[in-house]
Amino acid sequence: MVPLSYYLLLSGILFGCGVLGFLIKRNIITIFMSIELMLNGVNLSFVAFAAHWHALSGQIFVFFVMVVAAAEAAVGLAIIIAVYRTRETLNVDQVNLLKL
Amino acid sequence: MLHLTLFLFFGAICVAGAVNLLVQRHPINSALSLVAVMASLAAEYLLLGAEFVAAVQVIVYAGAIMVLFVFTIMLLNAGEEERSKGSRVAILLGIPGVAIGGVLVAWTLLRHSNTAAVPMFALPGDPRAIARLLFHDFLLPFEVTSILILIAIMGAVVLASKPEAVARGPKRED
Repeated sequence: MVPLSYYLLLSGILFGCGVLGFLIKRNIITIFMSIELMLNGVNLSFVAFAAHWHALSGQIFVFFVMVVAAAEAAVGLAIIIAVYRTRETLNVDQVNLLKL
Repeated sequence: MLHLTLFLFFGAICVAGAVNLLVQRHPINSALSLVAVMASLAAEYLLLGAEFVAAVQVIVYAGAIMVLFVFTIMLLNAGEEERSKGSRVAILLGIPGVAIGGVLVAWTLLRHSNTAAVPMFALPGDPRAIARLLFHDFLLPFEVTSILILIAIMGAVVLASKPEAVARGPKRED
């Protein structure tokens, strides 16, 4: 028997690590991975609440989050490839102009 | 007791992987520690009884999405990231701010939230019940997500292809 708050705490830690990585990392791919980490933290709290309330709909929401994450990963990585092709860098500090 | 031990074991792997993602400088190391986080999260789902979600987590997240990441890292030949200079004010204010925020969140969760325990395998997470829910109650969102995936595929193809190739359009045979 694990208290629900432990699950929420783990989910919060993962989300916090994601936010921190999003803010401090300089590589655009690592920043993108931090976003995935945040989504995973949210998924854990969805499943924990679903188990707590005995509601299966929480798991369905996890599926939708995964689908959105997959779509986001495909589009985002394509954008990263396009950025790299035009700027020849992955450092976000050097990608600071909308116009080339 | 077993539940708590397993929860703490996989939770520790999760947190260690997440911290390692932040510490590593090479993106491939970050990607592999993210795989570790996702695999141990799948074990946590299994502990909660959400078997199907755990399987999908391993297949979709740790499998498909992370392969896409690793593939992109290798395609772009991403090297170690340069250390950029942060401002001193951000460090002076940020670290205490993060500490205070984290302690507040932990305190609130541990003291004021509903502390009811979640038993092991609490969810009736078998695929049959999930399928009934997904294809009855959530049929419209399910169909909408399939359109979303289709749009994402087309967007990825357009964005990742060379600009001239898009402007020229598909090649004619004649």
